[in-house]
Amino acid sequence: MKLNRRDFLKMTGAAAAAGALYGCAGGARASGHVVVIGGGYGGATAAKYIRMWSNGGIDVTLVERNPAFVSCPISNLVLAGEKTLADITTGYDGLKKHGVRVVQGEAVAVDPAKRTVKLASGQELSYDRLVVSPGIDFMFDSVPGLTPELSETRILHAWKAGPQTVALRKQLEDMKDGGVYALAIPKSPYRCPPGPYERACMVAHYFKAKKPKSKVLILDANEDVQSKKGLFMKAWGEHYKGIVEYRPNHVISGLDANTKTLKFEFADAVRADVLNVVPGQTSGGIAKAAGLITANNRWCGVDWRTMESLAQKNIHVLGDSTLSAPAMPKSGHMTTQHAKIAAGAIVALMAGEAAPDPMVIANTCYSFVTGNSVVHVASVHSYDAKDKTFKAVPGSGGLSPAANELEAKIALSWAKNIWADALM
Amino acid sequence: MKHHKIVLAVSLLGLASAAYADDSTLSRNMASACASCHGTNGNSVGGMDPLAGMPKEEMIRKFKDFRSGAKPATVMHQLAKGYTDQQVEMIANFFAAQK
Repeated sequence: MKLNRRDFLKMTGAAAAAGALYGCAGGARASGHVVVIGGGYGGATAAKYIRMWSNGGIDVTLVERNPAFVSCPISNLVLAGEKTLADITTGYDGLKKHGVRVVQGEAVAVDPAKRTVKLASGQELSYDRLVVSPGIDFMFDSVPGLTPELSETRILHAWKAGPQTVALRKQLEDMKDGGVYALAIPKSPYRCPPGPYERACMVAHYFKAKKPKSKVLILDANEDVQSKKGLFMKAWGEHYKGIVEYRPNHVISGLDANTKTLKFEFADAVRADVLNVVPGQTSGGIAKAAGLITANNRWCGVDWRTMESLAQKNIHVLGDSTLSAPAMPKSGHMTTQHAKIAAGAIVALMAGEAAPDPMVIANTCYSFVTGNSVVHVASVHSYDAKDKTFKAVPGSGGLSPAANELEAKIALSWAKNIWADALM
Repeated sequence: MKHHKIVLAVSLLGLASAAYADDSTLSRNMASACASCHGTNGNSVGGMDPLAGMPKEEMIRKFKDFRSGAKPATVMHQLAKGYTDQQVEMIANFFAAQK
């Protein structure tokens, strides 16, 4: 820790005089305009916390293409028929109550020199600082034969919750008993590492009750289950024997949409009745358009103390679009933590103060393995000044010892609270 | 004289560490990580323990009990091990001051 004037004042007992009371914590005099692109977990949280921590001093405009927030976490329960889309949807009225100006539209260009964002409508927004939280885009060419149009209509991904979630549920409902549902998982890194395996459980849960002769085939491009492996394998063996089959090392080499057949580099072709192909992923398109990509032509490198882009000044990148720190998952929960780092830094910087010392961040991720039992993985990450990145704190974090009903209740409470923290 | 120097150094260290724990901005930021589950400023909307207004000593004790296993938990025993005593104190300071 280095001592600065503020620390000195506190040490000499002048803390109160220096205004370091909780009611007027750092950044109280911040002003200016922040534009936030993307109203998901990251963007919504950042917009709210910038308003809150600047005591309303910073104007915030949130640009989001959808009329409401639909949560990816819990969306696999919609596929199972356990929840509806309405259950996982929250409007933006809560953010408006915090004074956030919400613009429904699509950001198509950023001019970092002029500090402007252009929307598809032609509208232009000026900013002092910009938050880019666009989630992921799909690399459709990672699946030969797949097109954006096919992915929107027949060979669904349902990896962004919303109309695709409802459409995939409909395909599962329309499928005959004895049919095959195949889920193709892209190579890591992708959004929500345990998500595909939870999805397999939830579809199997539905089949077991309603279509017991049907099968769930998991076709994983990776060499192994990417998260909570033991817990998922146990669930498949205990609850879904004869329904779920896991096949690793399935890198897709071709798709025939008409026969719903996938071909693989080193494995037999698979024909399915419902084909759910999750393509490879990259930063949201606006991150590319804004010149924020720094790694593998896919991800945005950031200064983890502020979430500011390594490529462009005054632009902060959150969530799935970032080049993840070691052992840091691309998850909704993690994105809210990014948002709080960014909000703290932005409010301080816009008050003319130095960015605060890095906070400790955490991730908790719950997966349903049956309709009423859940497993979690949790981790704590602290900033390593030497390597300039977040690292998992040794000895912290871990998994559920076994799937359990208590955590099914907690998972739903987690959802309720994180949605409220981000959006209300 | 030598003894005095050590006493002074130790007192300064204590002050510096107290100053760190008293950094209200960092306390606020640290505590905001908890809000994802426990509600904004610790005001849970249900199903999770509210943290707003929890006395400082109570939170510090809970963290210790989570770490030792004295207090059973589903996830907090794993998360509590990721924080230093000083960081716990900062978080406890913030929530104790919330209504």
